[in-house]
Amino acid sequence: MDVIANQLFAGLSMASILLMIALGLAIIYGAMGVINLAHGEFVMLGAYATWALQTYAGIGILPALPLVFISVAAVGWIVEKVVVQNLYHRPLDTILATWGIGIILQQAVRLGVGAESRFVKGPALLSGNTEIGPLIMSNYRLFVIVFSMAVLAATWVLMTRTEFGMKLRAVIQNRAISECYGIEAKRVYSITFAYGAGLAGIAGALITPLFSTIPTMGTGLVVDAFLVVIVGGLGSLIGSAAASVLIGEATAIFSIVINDTLGRIAVLAGIILLIRFRPRGLFPTETRR
Amino acid sequence: MKRRDFLGSLGAVGTAGMLSTPALLSSAGRAFAQGNDIPVGLLFSLTGAVAVVESTLHDAALMAIEEINASGGIHGRQLRPIIEDPASDPATYADRARRLMIRDKCVSVFGSYTSASRQAVLPVTEQRNNLYWYPTLYEGRECSRNVMYGGAVPNQQQDDLIPWAIENFGPRFYMIGNNYVYPKEENNYCKTLLKQYGGEVVNEEYVPLGHSDFSSVINRIRSEKPDVIFATVVGDSDVAFARQYHAAELDPSKMPVVSLTRSEVEVKAIGGEAAAGHFSSAPYFMGHATAENEKFVEAYKSRYGADQVTHFVSEAAYFQVYQFKAALEKLDPANITPETIRDAAVGLTLNAPQGEVLIDENLHTHLWPKIGQWQTNGQAEVLIESKERVAPKPYAAYPGQSCTGQGLVKA
Repeated sequence: MDVIANQLFAGLSMASILLMIALGLAIIYGAMGVINLAHGEFVMLGAYATWALQTYAGIGILPALPLVFISVAAVGWIVEKVVVQNLYHRPLDTILATWGIGIILQQAVRLGVGAESRFVKGPALLSGNTEIGPLIMSNYRLFVIVFSMAVLAATWVLMTRTEFGMKLRAVIQNRAISECYGIEAKRVYSITFAYGAGLAGIAGALITPLFSTIPTMGTGLVVDAFLVVIVGGLGSLIGSAAASVLIGEATAIFSIVINDTLGRIAVLAGIILLIRFRPRGLFPTETRR
Repeated sequence: MKRRDFLGSLGAVGTAGMLSTPALLSSAGRAFAQGNDIPVGLLFSLTGAVAVVESTLHDAALMAIEEINASGGIHGRQLRPIIEDPASDPATYADRARRLMIRDKCVSVFGSYTSASRQAVLPVTEQRNNLYWYPTLYEGRECSRNVMYGGAVPNQQQDDLIPWAIENFGPRFYMIGNNYVYPKEENNYCKTLLKQYGGEVVNEEYVPLGHSDFSSVINRIRSEKPDVIFATVVGDSDVAFARQYHAAELDPSKMPVVSLTRSEVEVKAIGGEAAAGHFSSAPYFMGHATAENEKFVEAYKSRYGADQVTHFVSEAAYFQVYQFKAALEKLDPANITPETIRDAAVGLTLNAPQGEVLIDENLHTHLWPKIGQWQTNGQAEVLIESKERVAPKPYAAYPGQSCTGQGLVKA
């Protein structure tokens, strides 16, 4: 019983990390129809930005979060302006272009910072565990869970309660008509892309104390993020949240019932089955393209 | 593309093609090292996933070559390093090894970190009857006459370690490794030792390469309460494992991780605080106190930066170049071929940073196993040093098979 409770928490912790990474991807895909293969590299940039701030400026992870968000969002904004904006009507070319950008970012970090794994210290405030009976929860993982829910809520408010969100939803539903009403779709897209990149950066910052920070770290993460987005339904916030919990918990349960390697295969097989019967994911959004 | 541009680029391709053809033809001969210098290949990945570790091997080997050249070379001839970057891709290793051995007529190639890349080069070096110097510890169960194995095989890492761990912490072992051949073979050998010394395996578990979330593993460790975590997790997986193990506040004095793969490189990324108290078994640690090691560490740091570390694979990458030199010095300069180098190398002793090493007739190396405990400063304190040099037995887990000077012998 203890094992199951602890394992459910592990699943939730995995889900929170998945959600942080997938959210930016889901927004960019949902709003713009751009499959951003450089997303993993934005996560990696976030991790390296955190490392640089800690090593050279002595800023811990938590105070660094807003700075990381802004700097990675700025990179995203530039990428959008220079490359992605020219390719809106050519989805296949965007895949290729963002993949190329990913490789460039990865090699740039490798050449500039070095190939070896970097050390980032976790916040001392959040070290240690909280124990409730048999349930042992790492404080840092608890923090990531709470933080990811807060980011989800903030994104939801941004999408549904602000003028920008309304414009964005209008552009998602029908770009041409919204432009007729005076919405500057280009600008909306730029901001959305930058926001998605910034979220990826924060995800990178948050996972550095748990994972190892290397130039190739994003490649594996982006695959998981895509799984979340596909299962959740393209562009749906609720879908992404539900899918990350589903995938996180399924991974954790399979891992305890079988083992990590076969568990991973079982999760992938489950996703293939799910896509077979719900090709547009759990919560598809009604859009016109 | 405009028609003129197209013709222009076609012309350029044509010219390049014509220029390269005579160069290809002229390399058809099989004579080795006839010039004024001795060509040797360096085949370490400088880009791609393995570059993290492999670039340090490249640095160490290149440093040895340049040291040898600075002190006058071998019989007055300089070593000419030919550097190829196989970009972490096994097929590219085979291709570049072929290029080094055929086109560049290297008498030896130094290279590889992973078993996958060594096994990709194996058919090439055997077919060309060349010599491939492989510095990494590995899982054994290989007996090529064309590979010089400089790292430890399972019996050299575990024979001292397992009884010591049982005696100090207890008999219940939890095995965690990445899912590929090295961890499985090491665990295989560990199980035969555990049987012999009365230990037991409470769980044997493999995670995919690059796996980064160990919360399930840690939950299982917590509920099984083993005495020793026997780890063969590699690279960034090991970094993630160690950091999460520390974050979960599992106590190294009660449940230490005893690793065969964790070196100074990984510890630097893990952070001294999280690594402290756990153990590694290896023939070399950066903090090992010998005159040779001090010289090696100092030269390495002054060359590549004071924050750089040396580790048990870069040490072997370094001393193997000196073994190569010692073998060449025994030879008639007119008769240098990979085969004569190999025969001259067998039985050679050399004062390496870890101690005096010897090349066995099975082309593996006699080494000095050590057990180190990691400290908060990122260095290991050597607790146990083997009293004698340990002979390599690459088939130790397979009774009736042994690797000898005649290759693999089955009883």
